[in-house]
Amino acid sequence: MLKVKNLHTYYGGIHALKSVSFDLPEGEIITLIGANGAGKSTTLMSISGIVPPRYGEIIFLGTPIHQLSPDRIFALGIVQVPEGRRIFPQLTVRENLDMGAYLRTDRKGIAQDIDYIFNLFPRLAERRHQLGGTLSGGEQQMLAISRGLMSRPKLLLLDEPSLGLAPVLVQLIFATIEKINRENKTTIFLVEQNANMALRIAHRGYVMESGVITLEDTAANLLKSEKVKQAYLGL
Amino acid sequence: MNTQSIPFIRRAVSEIGRSLLVSCWFMFLTFPIMVIKVNPLERTIDWQWMRLVWIGLAVFPLSLVWRWLMMRKEQGSAKDGEDSWQKRLGERIRADRKISAAILALLAAFVVAFPFIFSSYQTQIMISALMYVMLGLGLNIVVGLAGLLDLGYVAFYAVGAYSYALLNHHFGLGFWSALPIGAGLATIFGILLGFPVLRLRGDYLAIVTLGFGEIIRLVLENWNAFSQGPSGIAGISRPGFFGIELSLSQHTVFLYFIVLALVAFTILVVSRLRNSRIGRAWIALREDEIACQAMGIDKTKTKLTAFALGATWAGFVGCIFAAKTTFINPASFTFMESAIILSIVVLGGMGSIIGVIVGALVLILLPEYLRAFSEYRMLVFGASMVLIMVFRPQGIITGVRRHYRFRQKEGTEEQGERDAASA
Repeated sequence: MLKVKNLHTYYGGIHALKSVSFDLPEGEIITLIGANGAGKSTTLMSISGIVPPRYGEIIFLGTPIHQLSPDRIFALGIVQVPEGRRIFPQLTVRENLDMGAYLRTDRKGIAQDIDYIFNLFPRLAERRHQLGGTLSGGEQQMLAISRGLMSRPKLLLLDEPSLGLAPVLVQLIFATIEKINRENKTTIFLVEQNANMALRIAHRGYVMESGVITLEDTAANLLKSEKVKQAYLGL
Repeated sequence: MNTQSIPFIRRAVSEIGRSLLVSCWFMFLTFPIMVIKVNPLERTIDWQWMRLVWIGLAVFPLSLVWRWLMMRKEQGSAKDGEDSWQKRLGERIRADRKISAAILALLAAFVVAFPFIFSSYQTQIMISALMYVMLGLGLNIVVGLAGLLDLGYVAFYAVGAYSYALLNHHFGLGFWSALPIGAGLATIFGILLGFPVLRLRGDYLAIVTLGFGEIIRLVLENWNAFSQGPSGIAGISRPGFFGIELSLSQHTVFLYFIVLALVAFTILVVSRLRNSRIGRAWIALREDEIACQAMGIDKTKTKLTAFALGATWAGFVGCIFAAKTTFINPASFTFMESAIILSIVVLGGMGSIIGVIVGALVLILLPEYLRAFSEYRMLVFGASMVLIMVFRPQGIITGVRRHYRFRQKEGTEEQGERDAASA
């Protein structure tokens, strides 16, 4: 579905991604794990066009997208749920969801999707008129994921959905990610530091270190791998 | 004496002590200018000691009142749940359609009757106040909704004014044909300014827009062949009324209604804009740019429309300004103008339409009616601005968004109460 070839991304003079290549097969959950500063978030930012790559190619369903602006890439069906949630604090839950459907004009479909989301996260339904900024961390993460779903993405890019959440909530969020993937056949690219959790729900995994992908395998194999265990699982 | 009153008395004593200290400090500070009076003719110095006493006596109660107000403010923010009477009144007015309709009708009647009740001088003042209402609402799009701090707003105002003045001077174009042209030119300048500042935010944006405002003024001041430099353009025609000759006072009344109609038009457009898709995008952009991009909002287009639409209004008002004064020169378009318009938006309440209207009326009418205080009027004006910012940092009237009240009830955590957003 998405092919990334020899991607190089820079922040000014800092070489953040050094020739990164990978494939995201349709309908799967693929995870990218690695330590702080490995370049995981940058990879997502490059795909969504917010930090455009300097060299390399990104091909989404046959279309090269590495030179498109973020809004064009979004319109093709790639949606990023940014790190740290970044919901709109002064807008209500409902308005945040509406922002997710910004490019859509089919009111019926939007209403359906909102119902679907309120089913997925009943907490959000309770708080639909509350301001985004007054939600708890977990609820904000639910809202951020839901906002991403509002445009019916083909590919959902999740940046550290477990960041700063209690273990119970992490489980809930991950269960929901699995559910979204199963029910809607949405391809999900999950960037995580919580490698253990991520590999449990993913089909495939990539391991990243200092801007380079060092390992690639099925999630089950990675979970068993001694190298991953030592480096990331703390076992 | 019960145990509760002891800390209260202790507090009161310490407050009085501090106020005494403040008044002593003021006596010391004002000593050179208030007490020493040099008599240059007789080469003597008069010591006016009584003045020192008066200052001390005046500052002491003022300081006490100030401390009491600050204390109340702190307590007020501590018990946020309880609504102030203003808020309750506001909610009732909004909730009851009959009351709000009656108030609106009364207001409309007063506004329409205004030039017939009051003198030509009063009407003139009201015209300029209404012009600033439009300017404030225009800048509100840029600053209040899109969150882009624009310190050079006066540039677009100047573009509007000069386009009418020059078109009238060289080609004899009338007010009505120049109005859309002036607004259009201002829009183009808005986009021109918008492009280079797209990547900037906050302080940097403020500095660049400030520079842009100065550039326009300096060009107008120095390019004699184009704008006649500091001597300005005189003899600009007043707006025509179906070819009928009007007397000066009739012209004033006519202009009043033109401005009134444009203000009504502005309010209509801005309130529709705010609840539109683009309005949502502006508000979202103000809150989080990255999240906006992740939602597929075109950042460039959204920012440019904010700049362009804001500038359009300044262009409209510029044309009216040229028609009102019939003479313009670059001195009318200094940074001070931008600062006043920005103060209107900030003091009135960012993002709130009623707030901006109230802000404009207060800021423009107050100095006019304070003329009774002659040389102290700017002092009073400054003091009232400081007071508003200390006690109502959100502005006189906050932008009414949806409000939710939280109540702790057994089991359920809260109940959201919703009242509709109003313009």
